[in-house]
Amino acid sequence: MTTSPGVNDFALKLANVNGTGSASANGLLMQSIFRMGVPVSGKNLFPSNIQGLPTWYEIRVNGEGHTARSLEYHLMVAMNAQTYAQDVAAVARGGYVLYDSTWPLDDELIREDVHYLGVPLAAMCRDNFTKNRERILMKNVAYAGALVALLDIDLDIVSNLLAETFAKNEALRESNQRALRLGHDYATSHFTCPLPFRVETRDANRDAILVDGNTAVALGCLYAGATVVGWYPITPATAVMDNFIGFCKRYRRVEVAPGEWENNYCVIQAEDEIAAIGMVLGASWAGARAFTSTSGPGISLMNELLGLAYYTEIPAVVVDVQRVGPSTGMPTRTQQGDLLLCAYASHGDTRHIVVIPADPHEAFEFAVAAFDLAERFQTPVFVLSDLDIGMNDWIVPSLTWDDSFVPDRGRVVNDEDLATMREFFRYAGEDEDHVTARTLPGSDEKGAYFIRGSGHDQFGRYTEDSAAYLQVVDRLRAKHAASADHVPAPIIETRPGARVGLVTMGSCDRAVREAIEMLAERGIECDYMRVRAFPFPSSVSDFVTSHDTCFVIEQNRDAQLKSLMAIELSLAPDSMISVLDYGGFPLSASTVVDAVTSHLEVH
Amino acid sequence: MPSIAKPRIPLAPLVHNELGLTIRDYEGAMSTLCAGCGHDSVTAAISLAFFELSIRPRDIAKLSGIGCSSKTPTYFINGAHGFNSAHGRMAAIATGAVAAHRGLHYIGVSGDGDSLSIGLGHLSHAIRRNIDMTYIIENNGVYGLTKGQVSPSADVGSRPKKGDPNVVPPIDPMELGLAIGATFLARGFSGDKDQLVPLIKAAVAHRGFALLDVISPCVSFNDHEGSTKSYRFFREHEVHEIEADYVPQRAEIRSKISADSARAVTMHDGSVMYFRALPEGYDPTNRLTVESYLAERKAAGEVPTGLLYVKENAPDLHDMSGTIAQPLVEVSHRDLCPGSEALAQLQRAFR
Ligand SMILES: Cc1ncc(C[n+]2csc(CCOP(=O)(O)OP(=O)(O)O)c2C)c(N)n1
Ligand code: SF4
Ligand SMILES: [Mg+2]
Repeated sequence: MTTSPGVNDFALKLANVNGTGSASANGLLMQSIFRMGVPVSGKNLFPSNIQGLPTWYEIRVNGEGHTARSLEYHLMVAMNAQTYAQDVAAVARGGYVLYDSTWPLDDELIREDVHYLGVPLAAMCRDNFTKNRERILMKNVAYAGALVALLDIDLDIVSNLLAETFAKNEALRESNQRALRLGHDYATSHFTCPLPFRVETRDANRDAILVDGNTAVALGCLYAGATVVGWYPITPATAVMDNFIGFCKRYRRVEVAPGEWENNYCVIQAEDEIAAIGMVLGASWAGARAFTSTSGPGISLMNELLGLAYYTEIPAVVVDVQRVGPSTGMPTRTQQGDLLLCAYASHGDTRHIVVIPADPHEAFEFAVAAFDLAERFQTPVFVLSDLDIGMNDWIVPSLTWDDSFVPDRGRVVNDEDLATMREFFRYAGEDEDHVTARTLPGSDEKGAYFIRGSGHDQFGRYTEDSAAYLQVVDRLRAKHAASADHVPAPIIETRPGARVGLVTMGSCDRAVREAIEMLAERGIECDYMRVRAFPFPSSVSDFVTSHDTCFVIEQNRDAQLKSLMAIELSLAPDSMISVLDYGGFPLSASTVVDAVTSHLEVH
Repeated sequence: MPSIAKPRIPLAPLVHNELGLTIRDYEGAMSTLCAGCGHDSVTAAISLAFFELSIRPRDIAKLSGIGCSSKTPTYFINGAHGFNSAHGRMAAIATGAVAAHRGLHYIGVSGDGDSLSIGLGHLSHAIRRNIDMTYIIENNGVYGLTKGQVSPSADVGSRPKKGDPNVVPPIDPMELGLAIGATFLARGFSGDKDQLVPLIKAAVAHRGFALLDVISPCVSFNDHEGSTKSYRFFREHEVHEIEADYVPQRAEIRSKISADSARAVTMHDGSVMYFRALPEGYDPTNRLTVESYLAERKAAGEVPTGLLYVKENAPDLHDMSGTIAQPLVEVSHRDLCPGSEALAQLQRAFR
């Protein structure tokens, strides 16, 4: 399936070597297009390495707002000799290859059906800059300059961005501006600029921001009022904490005496993820809002204590920025392989609340919601993000905050309440959601109770009695089920006459929506459902049963969402068809369209 | 909520502490441990220490891991919140609780298996972070609850009830603590309440991580000939040397150790800890001499008890983190949330 590129409709791919400073030049291009008011996305496909391995960045410009990953590249910026062959091969017929013509291209890299744009980047930088490091870094800014000319990106916008970025560093600002002009001037004097596909100013991003999910999640935790954090570094979740700490330094400092500042937060870099979740449980038990963020390997380690939290009913918020598993897997690639792990984490009968954002905007909102859910239902809540959401910049509507927000701290009995009670029992007296009241350490002695992960009855006492045990675990099951009415409901969009349903979750959102339009153009009308939480509200099974054919599109090998739906909603597994894409890159619409059409053709 | 009601008939007229409470107010549920288990004596000593310190039960939080020893927090101070957590994880959980609510007295009870094998990492890092809590290892050289396997504190050559003598060298929590920067190290013996109670009181008064290694024989699996954690062995090899007593600032209680022959360490709150060292010149505030002294005694096959090392006024977790004095749990959401304007403002950087 090939389409011809045009104004505000094309994709480019930049092939770089990691550790050479390409990321900021690539981000500069993407952000400039965003500022021109045109929908755009940037996907960083990077290695798990600090320096020297291939890394790619993909920019897709689409006036219609389709910013999922595209597999068709109209322009390749080939800056990595190691991957020249595969990069040149990846360009769409009729497309362009921009390369460093300081050195000639090998004959076997020449394709008849693509255009070559040679820019002597290394030579240019060698002649214009003196420091070695600068000569390497400025090649990136120089190709960005050439692209600005070739794609008709507003030079003033780019130049302003550079000025903002290097506001505090005159020397860097000057060399960046110079490199930008070098590339720009070379392109205008040697090629026909712009190319047939280009960027044209629009006004699509007026109320939008450009943000990654790890930043947005951190903001959500900040706004939800989290004060205690235990964490252990892991890609792709580390930036959640970098950001959270950064925001805390800005917004959570208290001037206790003139010039003397103290923190109303406590972030602890733990010795491992077991300790990290342990700290969260200790802090939540004590009455703080606490969270941790990690990726799959960390969740695996946390399992025992997650079960403890479930059984003893301690709130906890766990952000899982998923990466490719199993084991260490591919740490810098994206996947949705932790759904089942999170839904049922720990031994014995356990089940958790999982909220699944599709983009950074939802990541912010769901992070806030996660704390309310965790405290209301006194249980662990997972925010299931992924590397694509967490580490890539997305255009999303601006984040808003309602200043009348009051956190839902759930059923907490204080001293005043205790004074009116004859006795307090931790696990007795459930409400309509099967939640019982808790007290906090430091409460009046009447409210003191003893948490234990061993068998306990509704009074919190140790038990080995079946009936007393069953009463508690059966209530936990009912409590989890009751939370289905409080978690984010699925997004459902219908089209007239559609008999086919496409079901998905998380970051697959934009690709599947685009696929629905592409399928409609081919006469296949599909309804859409994006599941946003576990446990599933009843609308999830209604959607499946009301369609002749339902495809479940997800990014893991074992059809985890489909399996979870089949198990939890008693749907026959073969009533749903899996579309699975789990190689580690963000989903693209064409993958979905191909899978759906080929299935429908056969059946 | 005692699981088994305890007869509450005082045998002698009950003494009241400064709060007007009696020792009964510091008791817990009836123990279900084996008769004669050392852990029960430690439980009694903890109750007595908090009673004598006149700390309100509600201002205490009790934590433990898993094991016979870790069951004991339910046997003392009913009015305090308690958390019997998971095997080896107590130190991590306590760390979070201390971070969230610095206004409470935290007492953790663990076993030698819980602390020195599965939980060794968390214990070590809690020591490094100098979490403000009292951490007691009820050390019996054996896994009691799982019926007698050798533990990481068992001495080479010591024999478990079943199986071969231990051949792997032990971890001594006092040596470990010294090596990684502990600020309070003491060793006691469950059979010596007179020494143990003042040590616990001093540990509670200490600001920072107070590690108490209490030899606490397991009568079911490790109290026989050949065990170095038996009542008999310990009575024969203990060198009861560095006596301590704790005198709160507010009361002029006479120390059992006469003040003239004792040295005093002033705790952060102004209270005073007295100790008398029998070996001339032993200075528990000097890490180097403590280290060589412990090594010497060990070579001689002796187990010194008492206050072994103390460093007052070292920064604790909150000092190191720069946390506000008010417990974080008491800060209202209004003071934690930057609000809509700040959100709008900061998003300018996202454009
Ligand atoms: C993860 C895990 N592994 C193993 C156990 C089984 N277990 C319970 S207590 C214990 C050892 C306890 O020994 P110690 O800490 O010395 O306590 P004691 O019973 O001797 O007082 C073990 C291995 C467990 N509860 N959890
Ligand atoms: S098994 Fe040993 S440690 Fe456990 S209660 Fe009995 S005597 Fe105490
Ligand atoms: Mg033991």
